[in-house]
Amino acid sequence: MSQYLLSTYAVEGRARAPMEPEEMQTFMERVHALEAEMKASGTFVFTGRLHDPDTATVVRSNEGDLVMTDGPFVESKEHIAGFYIINADDLDAALVWAGKVVDAINHPIEVTPFFDMPGS
Amino acid sequence: MFREVYGQAVATLIRVFGDIGLAEDAVQDAFVVASERWRSEGIPSNPAGWIVTTARNRAIDDFRRSVRGRELHGQLGAVESRSDDPDHSWEDDGPVGDDQLRLIFTCCHPALRTEHQVALTLRLLGGLTVDEVARSFLVSESAMTKRLVRAKYKIKAARIPYRIPSDTDLPARLRSVLSVVYLIYNTGVDDTDRTSLRSDAIRLARSLVELMPDEPEAAGLVALLLLNESRMPARTAGGALVLLGDQDRAKWDRPMIEEGHDIVRAFIRRDHPGPYQLQAAIQAVHCDADTFEATDWFQILTLYDHLFEVMPTAVVALNRAIAVAEVEGPNAALTAIDAVAADLDSYHLMHAARGTMLRRLGDSEAAKTAFERAAHLAAAEVDRRFLAEQIEEFSHNA
Repeated sequence: MSQYLLSTYAVEGRARAPMEPEEMQTFMERVHALEAEMKASGTFVFTGRLHDPDTATVVRSNEGDLVMTDGPFVESKEHIAGFYIINADDLDAALVWAGKVVDAINHPIEVTPFFDMPGS
Repeated sequence: MFREVYGQAVATLIRVFGDIGLAEDAVQDAFVVASERWRSEGIPSNPAGWIVTTARNRAIDDFRRSVRGRELHGQLGAVESRSDDPDHSWEDDGPVGDDQLRLIFTCCHPALRTEHQVALTLRLLGGLTVDEVARSFLVSESAMTKRLVRAKYKIKAARIPYRIPSDTDLPARLRSVLSVVYLIYNTGVDDTDRTSLRSDAIRLARSLVELMPDEPEAAGLVALLLLNESRMPARTAGGALVLLGDQDRAKWDRPMIEEGHDIVRAFIRRDHPGPYQLQAAIQAVHCDADTFEATDWFQILTLYDHLFEVMPTAVVALNRAIAVAEVEGPNAALTAIDAVAADLDSYHLMHAARGTMLRRLGDSEAAKTAFERAAHLAAAEVDRRFLAEQIEEFSHNA
């Protein structure tokens, strides 16, 4: 069994219009149904939604002293807005789940394999 | 023969080892052994099986010797037993055909970019050397090596499966495979230095039919390639393209046309038309005519109507328009071309077709402008020469 990161990107200055309450309701229902399906099949590992990159802090070591700077680490128009980590047998299986996520959130998904951890 | 044997052996060893790089290295080594043994002892009855067994044995020996091998040994149950007689043990290595079919779907997986799909297909299934693949794509051997390494790394890291797709995915995935083979063929058409790609593509398409005898579209691709190929001897003269209407039909390859026609007749009986079968049927009608004038244009137009239903692209609409010219005249054709002109503005054949229709309608000036635009956009030398001749004629007639 391998793990994959399914990430969705936000593009700066192209925020989607806020959803109407009803729209939000059906959106949340779709996402909950999908996550229930992921959990029931042993696919689900973790999910999260991230705040804007403006909220990030970079920590680095400068000759032994830890230095903090206001982030992000990479200045970019695109940034990860949310992600799932899933278990899947192979890429085809991961792509099936990616398709379901795309249908649920109506947004493109990038599928990236994790390294296999020794002993996992 | 080398290429076929390479393709078969590497496919089986990828299944056995679960790793493309190991399989390639092992096959390479086995061919070195074979080059000596076969010269003195003759070619075995199953060369691919002999290569597989020899490659497997050598890989097992390597594993046992190396540290990495000892680490891998536990993972590779399939290479436990060494068999000492390569002439009689290949049966253990299973049906070779299924392995090649799996490998085709891995190489043409839509998660890989098209140029990587094409390079992998030619290297692993076509059995071309890295240098040969590199020359086919006009890049250096080191650039092609890098491309193949990247593609193989993605297959391994992302775990692109080595498997025949499920029934629900099969139609879409098969389209991807067929389009890779068609692209390989067309690369050999556009560039006279790379004509060997055409025979590679035909060989690959034939093996797809052997592997998937129930897929009429695979047969459709073979028929399409054969019928196109049959006309290649008449397609150019003095380095310039010769239009269908001006070709010396005596130069067409009759046995190829007959084989193409037989395949087309067989799938007309099966009646499961798809894009490749319909394109083959159109070419079959062209090849059936003794002269350009004797072409059954009405039937060609009907086939284009069917093709546009299953493949509603601007290029199909353009090709259909050329048939419209022969049935309804250049005016109707020009209207049809103009409907897709914006979509195909960077496609030289659209401008060439427009120029042809404008010339037939007597608008020399607009026709010349269209041909000039086509010449500017054309990439292939034979096309550019043909278009230059057309432009040249306007100044003679002016």
